[in-house]
Amino acid sequence: MTYTSLSLTLIFVLIPIILSRTLKLGLEKDTTIATIRSIIQLLAVGYVLKFVFDAHSFIYMIVMILLMILTATLNARKKGKAIKGITWKIATTLIIIEVVTQGILLGFKIVPATAQYIIPISGMLIGNSMVLSILFLNRFTAEIESGRDQIELILSLGGTPKQAVHHQLKTAIRASMIPTIESQKTIGLVQLPGMMSGQIIGGADPVQAVQFQLLIIFALLTTAALSSVFIGFLSYPTLFNERMQLIEISKT
Amino acid sequence: MKHTYTSAIQFNNICFEIDRVPILNNISGSFYEEQITTLVGPSGAGKTTLLKMCNGLISPTSGEVFIESISIDSIAPTTLRKNIGIVLQNAPIIHGTVFENIALPFSLQEKKLTEKEAILFLEAVGLDHTFLYRRASDLSGGQKQKISIARSLVNKPKVLLLDEITSALDPASVSEIEQLILKINQEFQVTIVWITHNIEQAKRIGDFTWILMEGRLLESGESSILSTSTNEQIQLFAKGVHSK
Repeated sequence: MTYTSLSLTLIFVLIPIILSRTLKLGLEKDTTIATIRSIIQLLAVGYVLKFVFDAHSFIYMIVMILLMILTATLNARKKGKAIKGITWKIATTLIIIEVVTQGILLGFKIVPATAQYIIPISGMLIGNSMVLSILFLNRFTAEIESGRDQIELILSLGGTPKQAVHHQLKTAIRASMIPTIESQKTIGLVQLPGMMSGQIIGGADPVQAVQFQLLIIFALLTTAALSSVFIGFLSYPTLFNERMQLIEISKT
Repeated sequence: MKHTYTSAIQFNNICFEIDRVPILNNISGSFYEEQITTLVGPSGAGKTTLLKMCNGLISPTSGEVFIESISIDSIAPTTLRKNIGIVLQNAPIIHGTVFENIALPFSLQEKKLTEKEAILFLEAVGLDHTFLYRRASDLSGGQKQKISIARSLVNKPKVLLLDEITSALDPASVSEIEQLILKINQEFQVTIVWITHNIEQAKRIGDFTWILMEGRLLESGESSILSTSTNEQIQLFAKGVHSK
């Protein structure tokens, strides 16, 4: 694609801005900021990736993945501020997910151990985990607040904190995993996934593009399950004190 | 001859605050074994907070709570809560059948409650075996409250804490629940602490009463104080004038 062609794609940005102004939606500023950010961020990532790929350095690759984990953690923790120590809980979860998924992919030689494979796959999995974590934390804190009576009932009958939040934990884990599972049911029928489309546009063999996409969607199932389960089981103990009392969630 | 009573739960200078706002202020006194003590007072007086302190759902900011002369902090929370049951105002019911609800205290301890045992608990609260496999959520308010009481009896508690358990019930159900609690108190020698807004109910069923207002224990003693107290605030409250 030439730079002229790329510049012409800005028409797709002008259309929502004109519509927003005409209909007084007040989204012009946000749309402009989002566009500028995406140009800067993607261009920067492009150059960084080129540098990392050319350097053939294991250290640079690790640094890049750690930066991804750090950014995802800082973004996801906003939804779980009420939970004590949520930052390191999310970071631990993301590191475990990265180790498990890459361990399987590289251990079984499913993908080659090169930055070209490891970084994009890590990005997709960590990004998905971040969204999952946000969904989970949103639902979990809401379930705890609305289920206070039920939680205190279980504690009153001699139950442990784990038994007391079992229902809320299960509901939040299920709720956060459902979008991943549902979207996979219609994948390829309603929309072609971004990575696969990108490869096909870039000239890759469609069957090979599908194979990589399958790899990603299967790995996403693992990240979906691990994200909510790990954050859930790391988080719930901080909702209680040493006397097994449910702490006001805003005061944790 | 004057009775001597043994303390089941004792409070020593209890204070409790949330965000530096005092909820309970220097409360001292005892709930006596095998007696029915009612806690009365307007909303926001700190009654539920005091009740939840008895089974360790809340700890005081300062002061000490003793259960049969043992500091509450030295009793494991799960042991404490098995010995001191609580029934809440809105009778929280778990999804499932009446049997699942009654068996809940046992399933939490990974023990099994037999059908026969469950029926005995149902009968103890005046319901028969036909209720056992009904969906708990389909029951009336009064029936749910009875299930809630039956469930709290499964752990065979020495003390039963009741938080306004009749406030949402019709007069016939109120009377049934009162008779049931009297029966539990007399037949099983269970100490009862009952929060009620209803002064007449407190006079009817309580051996003792505590009158709380704005986090302070205004007066405590035999239930007759509700009629005989010379405290102006209590007289106004007893007449239903206190609107808070």
